[in-house]
Amino acid sequence: MSVTDTAKPKTAPGPALIYNPRVRGFVYQALLLAAIAFLFWEAASNAIENLARAKIASGFGFWHNTAGFDISQHLIDYSTTSTYGRAFWVGLLNTLVVAVLGIVFATVLGFIIGIARLSTNWLVARLAAVYVEVIRNLPLLLQLLFWYNAVLKVLPEMRDSLLLPGGGFLNNRGLFLPQPVFKEGVGLVLAALAVALVVSVAYHFFAKRRQVQTGQQSPVLRVTLALVFGLPLLALLLTGFPVDFLYPEKGRFNIRGGMEVLPEFMALLFGLVIYTAAFIAEVVRAGIMAVPKGQAEAAYSLGLRPGPTLRLVVIPQAMRVIVPPLTSQYLNLTKNSSLAVAIGYPDLVQIFAGTVLNQTGQAVEVVVITMGVYLTISLVTSMLMNLYNRRVALTER
Amino acid sequence: MSDIATITDTRLAFVRTKPFDPLPPPIVNSGAIGWLRQNLFSSALNILLTAFCVLMIAWLGPPLVKFLIIDAVWDGASRADCIATPQRPEVGACWAFVIERLGFFTYGFYPADQRWRVDVFFVLLAFGIGWITWLDAPRRDLGMIYFFIVVPLLSFFLLVGLPVLGLPYVSTAQWGGILVTIVVAWVGIVVSLPFGVLLALGRRSRMPVVRMASVIFIEFVRGVPLITVLFMASVMLPLFVPEHLTPDKLLRALIGVALFASAYMAEVVRAGLQAIPKGQYEAAMAVGLSYWQAMRLIVLPQALKITIPNIVNTYIGLFKDTTLVFIVGIFDFLKTIEAARGDVNWAAPTTSITGYAFAAMFYFVFCYAMSRYARYVEHRLRAGDRR
Repeated sequence: MSVTDTAKPKTAPGPALIYNPRVRGFVYQALLLAAIAFLFWEAASNAIENLARAKIASGFGFWHNTAGFDISQHLIDYSTTSTYGRAFWVGLLNTLVVAVLGIVFATVLGFIIGIARLSTNWLVARLAAVYVEVIRNLPLLLQLLFWYNAVLKVLPEMRDSLLLPGGGFLNNRGLFLPQPVFKEGVGLVLAALAVALVVSVAYHFFAKRRQVQTGQQSPVLRVTLALVFGLPLLALLLTGFPVDFLYPEKGRFNIRGGMEVLPEFMALLFGLVIYTAAFIAEVVRAGIMAVPKGQAEAAYSLGLRPGPTLRLVVIPQAMRVIVPPLTSQYLNLTKNSSLAVAIGYPDLVQIFAGTVLNQTGQAVEVVVITMGVYLTISLVTSMLMNLYNRRVALTER
Repeated sequence: MSDIATITDTRLAFVRTKPFDPLPPPIVNSGAIGWLRQNLFSSALNILLTAFCVLMIAWLGPPLVKFLIIDAVWDGASRADCIATPQRPEVGACWAFVIERLGFFTYGFYPADQRWRVDVFFVLLAFGIGWITWLDAPRRDLGMIYFFIVVPLLSFFLLVGLPVLGLPYVSTAQWGGILVTIVVAWVGIVVSLPFGVLLALGRRSRMPVVRMASVIFIEFVRGVPLITVLFMASVMLPLFVPEHLTPDKLLRALIGVALFASAYMAEVVRAGLQAIPKGQYEAAMAVGLSYWQAMRLIVLPQALKITIPNIVNTYIGLFKDTTLVFIVGIFDFLKTIEAARGDVNWAAPTTSITGYAFAAMFYFVFCYAMSRYARYVEHRLRAGDRR
């Protein structure tokens, strides 16, 4: 009996192979892989055939060909005889400029509005709420078109330019500002700034160690401010202000000299800042509300005054909640800057996926490069984000 | 000391039998004045802020009302009615333009005698939306089938045409305006939910190939702007299919939007799946349910229920993003506004702003309604948890 019992499982047929979850999983995955491979193969062979029929070159050879079109805003040297590769860098820089400036201003405005929404002042809180509700519920593209076509394009013409305080002009062709021109000795000022930054960082670490060891606090903020503003100012005085301003001069039909800010750039920046600030405001509000009231009360009961309570207890905890969604808002802003194409600001998408694609017809390469840039920015940011998260994550004991 | 002495003296003791009448509340802490003091003038900073806000409202409010309503032109036939004249020096919004072009804004170039088909589509859709958003509606399961299967099929034949039934064929090149905006948004909504669920399940799968494929797709699409996805769909897609199968322009944009929305929906659904306790999965397995049965009967109903607010928020984003199809040359609502405001017949200084104001109202009404709905559902779900 016992012999047959133990022998039985060995001879029994057992469940059929198709009921084995491992086998099934293996089969499913093989099928999926085959399907994906088939899709890619089919797409590639069709693409080769279609490209050959349309006589479109493939490969990245076009990178070194002459572009032959002009770009209205270029931060690096560019002319119609430059290459497509050069145009790519111009576009990328334009995208980055608008994204970085947008992030800075949107953060400032967003924090102000987010805090205003939590204000005890009824009117302030209501106004902030109205701002957030209205702006968040309107498409960004509509807002951009509004700023560009309904606000900036109806500004006075060149002849009747608005004169701004400080020697600038504003008209429907853009904003014209005095341009700083650096003379000899500006290197010393920059060096002073660099020294100030290095010393303040060192002082910050020193102060932290001192506090851990002795419990005594140091005036970090005041020292840092004094260093960062004081040293360069001193250098400026010593070298006798090596900065001149080149003022724009108004002619009959155009404005010469100075720094020109395109209306497209202004419209894009306005739109991005105002739109993203509404989202950042909600992130900030949620972050501050996520810190339990007891935290502040506990700090008060330990004898901390409101300032240090906010700085040392509430904000560090709120930041833990705020930073991840804030980063994704920054990414959204960067990606949304591609809407520039609708109002003609020469960003990466407008130059590359627009003009270059139309001229070369090499859709696959151009779109792949454009997507690659945004993908790289996203992936790098989310990698940094994960590092930060690991640093500030709650360590539960 | 002497007080105690008097109290211990029983003959002089006095005990009130009734409490005093309450004093009236101090006038500065209650009522309208108290409210004002507490909410608007509680400190020097708050007084300043209040003054600033009042100034801002006074600066922005009246001109806005004056422009949009008081000075507005309500009827007229051409630009002449919306241009300032000596008799009427101040001209506000040119609503006459919007009223005259309403048909264009709604249907685009859809043939005038066939526009009833679009109206029927709107009604079918509105009925479906009402059915599935009303949480206590009867037979919501049928409503789901109606919204996700019946309406798409019906409206396809209704809008594209079915010559056999006497509905002439209407090319998508003739579609436009609100019709296209609604179609794009709705296709995104209908496609993204099932695909998003599949991708979310794939991302949490234990099979490495399935997981990797889902992760790559989701992260790729979420890492690039919608415009580039639309560019890809409109310029690369035709290269990837045999020439005779090249999809038409609107369909290409729809594919792009659907792919994009699915990736975002996948992340929303994944968050919901993560919120379901592991015990639920294990219990489902323990009673012998297969993977799909467990998902369909146990996990997804719970996960989707708690994600409804986030799903609706994704839909708000999707609805706003439909405007981007304008860039790849689709005649959506915003594009009709852009086209109409450039019309010579209506070229007046206020035409553009009026057009944008109308578009803003349209998008705001839809998005705000959706966000209120999301908040209502959230509130109801929380009420359920409290019990």
